[in-house]
Amino acid sequence: MLNIAETQFSSRLFTGTGKFANTHIMQQAIGASRSQMVTLAMKRVEHHDELKKIKDNTVEALRALDVQLLPNTSGAKTAEEAVYAAHLSQELLGTPWVKLEIHPDTRYLLPDPIETLKAATQLVAEGFVVLPYCHADPVLCKRLEEAGCAAVMPLAAPIGSNRGLLTREFLQIIIEQAHIPVVVDAGIGKPSEATAIMEMGADAVLINSAIASASNPCAMAGAFAQAVETGRIAYESGLGRIHFNALPTSPADTFLEQL
Amino acid sequence: MTPVADKLNAQDWDALSMQLYSKTAKDVEQALMRPKRTLEDFMALVSPAAEPYVAQMSALADQLTRQRFGYTMGLFVPLYLSNLCANECTYCGFSMSNRIKRTTLTLDQIKQEAAAIKAMGFNQLLLVTGEHETKVGMHYFCEVVTYLKTQFDYVMMEVQPLSTCDYETLHQAGVNAVLVYQETYQRRAYARYHLRGNKQDFDWRLQTPDRLGQAKMDKIGVAALLGLNDWRTDSVMTALHVQLLQQHYWRSRYVIGFPRLRPCEGSENSTTSGQFISSRQLVQLICAHRLLHPYVELSLSTRESQAFRDHASAFGITSMSAGSSTQPGGYSNTTKALAQFDTNDTRSPDEVAQALVAKGIAPVWSDWLQGFRS
Repeated sequence: MLNIAETQFSSRLFTGTGKFANTHIMQQAIGASRSQMVTLAMKRVEHHDELKKIKDNTVEALRALDVQLLPNTSGAKTAEEAVYAAHLSQELLGTPWVKLEIHPDTRYLLPDPIETLKAATQLVAEGFVVLPYCHADPVLCKRLEEAGCAAVMPLAAPIGSNRGLLTREFLQIIIEQAHIPVVVDAGIGKPSEATAIMEMGADAVLINSAIASASNPCAMAGAFAQAVETGRIAYESGLGRIHFNALPTSPADTFLEQL
Repeated sequence: MTPVADKLNAQDWDALSMQLYSKTAKDVEQALMRPKRTLEDFMALVSPAAEPYVAQMSALADQLTRQRFGYTMGLFVPLYLSNLCANECTYCGFSMSNRIKRTTLTLDQIKQEAAAIKAMGFNQLLLVTGEHETKVGMHYFCEVVTYLKTQFDYVMMEVQPLSTCDYETLHQAGVNAVLVYQETYQRRAYARYHLRGNKQDFDWRLQTPDRLGQAKMDKIGVAALLGLNDWRTDSVMTALHVQLLQQHYWRSRYVIGFPRLRPCEGSENSTTSGQFISSRQLVQLICAHRLLHPYVELSLSTRESQAFRDHASAFGITSMSAGSSTQPGGYSNTTKALAQFDTNDTRSPDEVAQALVAKGIAPVWSDWLQGFRS
């Protein structure tokens, strides 16, 4: 079981709500993914400001699925804006969980490490459960861990790019060093890539575009669910070491045994 | 400092035009194959040589659009505040010499309009005026924006070019995006169409996106008015404009519009007939932009027909206006002021949304938070 901020998750696949053609397909796909943690952009949540009320189909659909909501701060370009979005999500959705996303770079939506650390520090102090989307930067991930984040969410490749594990070497270091869960987010395009990163010991992955933009989102969600489970089982079972040469039995084996 | 406008000014229109008209089918095929495309590729894709490849271009544009934007379409509505105008542009219904009834909405009228627009479901608003500095200027804009931001999360403006300082003030007041269309990027043709008023200043207009970038506006819109001049060359300049802006002002997002000339009162159709862009060519152009800039918003107005707009997502369009009235006060009552141009798709926002849903595209009404101010 995955444990984040004293909450247990039997599924290690997190999903998102963006890019789907309609709420029904989204709901079906998330159901098929067996995901228990789903992120949604606060900027897309339709609400009445004055009444502090939500009138949003996506939120209703997620509540029907009984998943942990992970509101995100997408659209924020600064720490201040992200903190604002987190406050709004706590107020409207009643959850302290927040996926911190701060990307001033409007083309590749790459996260701003400086603003992210700043916002994470403030939100943790305010009692939020903070999961920051960040670069696959091992030092930054340690700093975010020290700031009190509940997990780190380093990227595999730019958001929505489906380019796979471009940051593999750095993800490996992050996984090796982390004392909090590592959820690999962004850029994973294929189930096989999700398996690969889970085999490497990632605690979970977040997949949105690869599911939502598939021709059959439901079937793809199921494929990712299996892929993540497979990768985790392989990791827990202890993968065999990789050898570049054959390892013959030593001619001295019999002699050595006598020593 | 206007580095982007300076680089655009250094372009040789005629050389660019020659270059694009000499593109061959082989250039088009190479452009289609590339994982990342350059301005040279864009030239091939908007050239006459690419006309037989529009279906292939559309298939690729659809894929790229789904990857970045998913199955979604942003919806917004224009709010025409005033048709006063101190310019004389030969193609526009608002031109000062046109003897039409002029009006500027008061704050009370704007409140009625806002209520009517809210009832249609919109949360993203585009404010439009003619260009009249003294009567429809900064004081008016600030008052109007301050009120409208209490009603709408995302407010865009399409008004006369302003100074960097004014843009900073408007940004503070809550304006999120500004669209200023260059009409044509060719200086001598520009002079032919803009006969009186501040709009005659080609450079001030060309430098506007630089000023918007420096004012850190969230979104900046550019476009050429298709049909004024050679649309292919103007589109290459538009594409280059976006590329340069992205390099210099990386915190801003960009949106490309595709206004094409439609008949309106007082316009001289004879001056534009030679540059007419057909619907098929418009598809080619939209696809070419999507293939060059996978991340840029491409926007379509109600100038286009229902049938065209219902298919536009598959070419790469990611936002559109709906239910538009192009005359001031047109949502809450029928005033006698004249419209800037006739809309073609006259369906209600709800009907447009339903047509999108039927095509497997989710309308997006909200995509911003009030507290996002940078």
